[in-house]
Amino acid sequence: MSNNTEHYLADHERLQDKLEKNWLSEKRLSALSGFEQNGFPNTRQENWKYTDVRAIARGDFTATSDAEVSISHEEIANIRFNDLDCYELTFVNGKFRHDLSQLEGLPEGVIVCDLAEAIEKYENLVSANMTNEAESNVSSFTALNTAFVQHGAFIYLPKKVVLEKPINLLYLAKDQETNFAAHPRNVIVMESQSSAVVIESYIGLDDSQYFTNAVSDLSLAAAARLDHYKVQQESMNSYHIGYLKAQQHKDSYLESHSISLGGAIVRNDIHSQLDAAGAEIVMNGLYMTSGKQHVDNHTRVDHLKPHTLSTENYRGVLNDRSRAVFNGKVIVHKDAQKIEAHQNNANLLLSDDAEIDTKPELEIYADDVKCSHGATVGQLDKDMLFYLRSRAIDEDTARSLLTFAFAEEVISKIKLAPIRHRLEYLVVGQLPDADLIREFTNE
Amino acid sequence: MLKIENLHANVEDKKILKGINLQVNAGEVHAIMGPNGSGKSTLANVLSGRDGYTVTEGNILFENDSILELDPEERAWAGIFLAFQYPVEIPGVNNVYLLKAAVNAIRENRGEPPLDAVEFLALVKEKMKLVKMKEDLLNRSVNEGFSGGEKKRNEIFQMAVLEPKLGILDETDSGLDIDALKIVSEGVNHLRSDDRAFILVTHYQRLLDYIKPDFVHVLSDGKIIKSGGPELALELEDKGYDWVKDEAQAA
Repeated sequence: MSNNTEHYLADHERLQDKLEKNWLSEKRLSALSGFEQNGFPNTRQENWKYTDVRAIARGDFTATSDAEVSISHEEIANIRFNDLDCYELTFVNGKFRHDLSQLEGLPEGVIVCDLAEAIEKYENLVSANMTNEAESNVSSFTALNTAFVQHGAFIYLPKKVVLEKPINLLYLAKDQETNFAAHPRNVIVMESQSSAVVIESYIGLDDSQYFTNAVSDLSLAAAARLDHYKVQQESMNSYHIGYLKAQQHKDSYLESHSISLGGAIVRNDIHSQLDAAGAEIVMNGLYMTSGKQHVDNHTRVDHLKPHTLSTENYRGVLNDRSRAVFNGKVIVHKDAQKIEAHQNNANLLLSDDAEIDTKPELEIYADDVKCSHGATVGQLDKDMLFYLRSRAIDEDTARSLLTFAFAEEVISKIKLAPIRHRLEYLVVGQLPDADLIREFTNE
Repeated sequence: MLKIENLHANVEDKKILKGINLQVNAGEVHAIMGPNGSGKSTLANVLSGRDGYTVTEGNILFENDSILELDPEERAWAGIFLAFQYPVEIPGVNNVYLLKAAVNAIRENRGEPPLDAVEFLALVKEKMKLVKMKEDLLNRSVNEGFSGGEKKRNEIFQMAVLEPKLGILDETDSGLDIDALKIVSEGVNHLRSDDRAFILVTHYQRLLDYIKPDFVHVLSDGKIIKSGGPELALELEDKGYDWVKDEAQAA
């Protein structure tokens, strides 16, 4: 079956000479042939029912470009998390930029580097922790990523190392002359009892059209803790597909915060496998859409073993003719007793033309479990609006304020203040009367 | 200050107010009493401009200008304040920021410069004492997790900070224990002044033991059927509402 896969085959062919020949070469090729076989997902597939990616398929996006993009340190300073002291790996148009990165002072044994470097130096660690794109639930976008895998972040935390400073992965897009595809791959390996904060930021610095196809492979050994943030602010003309896979062992804890603001067509997948007792995932998400944006969030948690926990709270604010999709799947496998899984998805529709398709999916094959789920779709509360207006707040401001308050439910769960403040700033920026609302939020 | 002329109002095509006439002058406290369903709360909501209430006839003049076409916020700017019967909880909107925005919106409309943080804080501290507001309630979300009494106190506290010309208290006494009722009443009494008026909407006479009205009006089936002094409230407490209705029918 062919739906514009030829373009990518040809592009891959073109790149062959540029990619290092190494242990990955074969894996890339086999992923490519998997992609060729399956083609792009289509709306006849249950997992992609509400998200039509033909625009991406037709886009004929081309991987890597040698053109050096000039970005100043000031430009980056503007988009940083204000006063957040962090390590930073910066990528521009998919390529690693050592000159814009900051890795000074990493504790001994901790590895943070471009994936291309890790592929050369740490073959075993990388290969053991990359998601196998042949798994049945993995989409062909992931295969496409593997076929072009080269840059991205490789993060390794040895046993018991607690990394105090967060690691910020900055994926910047700018000045695209051609329709550009970036396939960043982040491999994060956490040994037992290690702890880290990782932020993935995807930022379009102008309104160019490009395609980001990101994959993150997370592996958490016993009692490891990862606070993971994804902040998606791609250009409004761009396409963003993101797949995050977490392998979670005994007593590991993953907190995932996913904030989606940009992009024309966006799909975020999170898939966690809780494969030993005590493993826990918390998923917080916020999507704000306007214009004709389409943002799809799919999450899946496999409770493979007893005494595992998952909590999910996603909120959406939809304006204009935008559309969002939420699908939260929880699978409680046979004999995974005494698990707890709680899920909630709340949506605020600010326009009559906005649309949300929300669906919780619970598959339970054990009998002693605690599961809950809920989905709501609504408009701004009339009584709250009247209350604010009776307190001298004009209608537009009152609406913005209540919208912000709705989104704030998710943002307030972010513990790191610089990130929380930055996100508040960004979210407020999406609202009318941003300046007025800012006065409310100044702490 | 306020003049209500032959006011008729509907809620979803149902006639609720059927010709109310009332004049409230600066410095006066008027109590509107009446049985459930008589239209008391509708009157309070119509005065403050809530959506869903349609004025079909008559007029409301505030300082000689009709306010029928004014939005709720415009009425607030003009100096009308409604203390809600059921103050809504607004998660995520900070109590004290709301108050600051409200104060400055009103000041802006009066052509006054906004209060800075220090001035505002001083004002808040002073007014908190009035209703014995606990400080930790200030920085919470509006009314979120407040007890019934704390919500009502917050209403009076807001009124004290915003210093309206006309305060409309909708069933402020409902759900209050005697201590809370005293605190709320003291707050209101403290705000009484020659250039400020109050309308107390209440079902029971109890509140009027603490806030002494100048006039008492009995509302029944959308009309004021009897007006009098504070002694009327006591009479109602004794004899209920039926005798007033009978008297009105006989007339």
